[in-house]
Amino acid sequence: MQFDSWQAFIQMGGYGIYVWSSFAGTFLCFGLLALESIWRRKKLAKEASKQAARAQRILRARAAKKNRI
Amino acid sequence: MLTANKGSTFKVFKQLVKRDIRVASRQRSDLLNPLIFLIIVVTLFPLGVGPGPDILGRIAPGVIWVSALLSSMLGLERLFRDDFRDGALEQMLLLPVAVEISVLAKILVHWLLTALPVLIITPLLALLMNLPLQAWGTLWLTLFLGTPVLSAAGAIGVALTVSLNKGGALLSLLLLPLLIPLLIFATAAVEAAVAGVSPAGPLALIGAFMVLCITLAPFAVKAGLRVSVN
Amino acid sequence: MWRWLHPYAKPEATFALTQKLIPWFALPGIILVLVSLVWGLAFAPPDYQQGESYRIIFVHVPSAMWAMGFYVGMAIMGVIALVWQIRTAELAILAIAPVGAVLTFISLFTGAIWGQPMWGTWWVWDARLTAQLILLFLYLGVMALYVAFEDERAGAKAASILAIVGVINIPIIHYSVYWWNTLHQKSTVTRAITRLEAPSIAPEMLWPLLVSILAMLLVSIVLVLMRLNNEILRREIHRPWALAELGITLDSSAKAHNDAEKKNVEKKGGADAV
Repeated sequence: MQFDSWQAFIQMGGYGIYVWSSFAGTFLCFGLLALESIWRRKKLAKEASKQAARAQRILRARAAKKNRI
Repeated sequence: MLTANKGSTFKVFKQLVKRDIRVASRQRSDLLNPLIFLIIVVTLFPLGVGPGPDILGRIAPGVIWVSALLSSMLGLERLFRDDFRDGALEQMLLLPVAVEISVLAKILVHWLLTALPVLIITPLLALLMNLPLQAWGTLWLTLFLGTPVLSAAGAIGVALTVSLNKGGALLSLLLLPLLIPLLIFATAAVEAAVAGVSPAGPLALIGAFMVLCITLAPFAVKAGLRVSVN
Repeated sequence: MWRWLHPYAKPEATFALTQKLIPWFALPGIILVLVSLVWGLAFAPPDYQQGESYRIIFVHVPSAMWAMGFYVGMAIMGVIALVWQIRTAELAILAIAPVGAVLTFISLFTGAIWGQPMWGTWWVWDARLTAQLILLFLYLGVMALYVAFEDERAGAKAASILAIVGVINIPIIHYSVYWWNTLHQKSTVTRAITRLEAPSIAPEMLWPLLVSILAMLLVSIVLVLMRLNNEILRREIHRPWALAELGITLDSSAKAHNDAEKKNVEKKGGADAV
């Protein structure tokens, strides 16, 4: 351990703001990339479920038509 | 295959060059406008940074080369655009000679039509920018060796973007980063000449870059055209 | 020799493989990230010249390295896409490019932050910074070209060609920028940078650096695989297996209808291709 206290760890010998902001920026970038992927997957699932619902609706309507005739 | 009908390959090459020159001579403004643009941009710099001869002489190599790069971007599109629109490009891909040969013909004609005028007015640009006299020859040599790179590398970019409606801005985005080495070597050569040092090193590097581009670009252009023409 | 590659032309096969691979990269990746964070931030000794500020190296160097590495990976995918016409390789380009661009951005961003306390300025035209900036432009060019085409496969092929041309040019750009930088070393700032450069790095710093390099590689690979999976699902959204992956179960009649629809789409696609 190179630091005596939490205080010193946060301050990083006066360079705290630079060190922490660069690490935070990196994590933010990676986090955004990961979130974007997850969000994209959810959107795809929504799209697919819409499409499936549509397919089922069409079939049901067709069946109903046949029954009426 | 190339050796079997060497004579006819060369004949086709000559025919293509002749045809392209004839087509281009019908629309001279297309060729003139980038040239005028180049002169205007170079004129703007003294107006922007002030007319002091020392400062102008110092930034002259960079200014002239950056302006040459930008103006070449303007005229590049016509390398394949018209041929793409009227279908001549498809015909070219179907010719019984290697596509690389026809591409080389295109690049050669483009160089003749756009770079030669620039080479002719280079002394004027050097004069405008107050470039020291001992560097004029080197500036001309860098342009002479560097403009084939512009035409060859430019052909790759145009081949990739020719089928897009708004390829112009995209073309510069793709090409300018790739041309940075050329800019660096060229300005380094001229600066060396200004400083009285031998510019042979950077000139040789530009030459190498030119040979690399001319030999490899036709293959990339061919692949790009195959993507665009479909 | 390349036979093993062929099954992965089938998107399902690639999807199954990446789905299996993700945890194998993600778990060690997260562990290594934690290890490198604790080691690099708390246990590595301070630099004798730069003090604690050098700890930025543990994000800066890995991102700069892999920004370059991922560009090469993207170009390799371009070669595969052009030579073997494998669709998944085309999608891989689309998956790698944004991650690579973000890595390049991180290296520039952290470089700027590091420059402020060390050189007294956010940006200097240092050779590495400049080369990295050009790399970012190259990434942006590939992405812009990919999406500029209406026909996605044409866009993918164009982007592959551009990536390959770029990868041939990268060493030339790199050396030219270094050379340009040594030519123009007039400012005191640049001279200060060259003086600050330590010729070798102490092993107590090297080991955490190596761990952080590996950690960033694994995490970036996971991000690429996640994007690749999304792209595959997007491209295959009409197929039953993709629907099943997205958690949708069709009853048999709807499935039949969907298949018929898919056939229609394929016919239309075929007509477009002609």
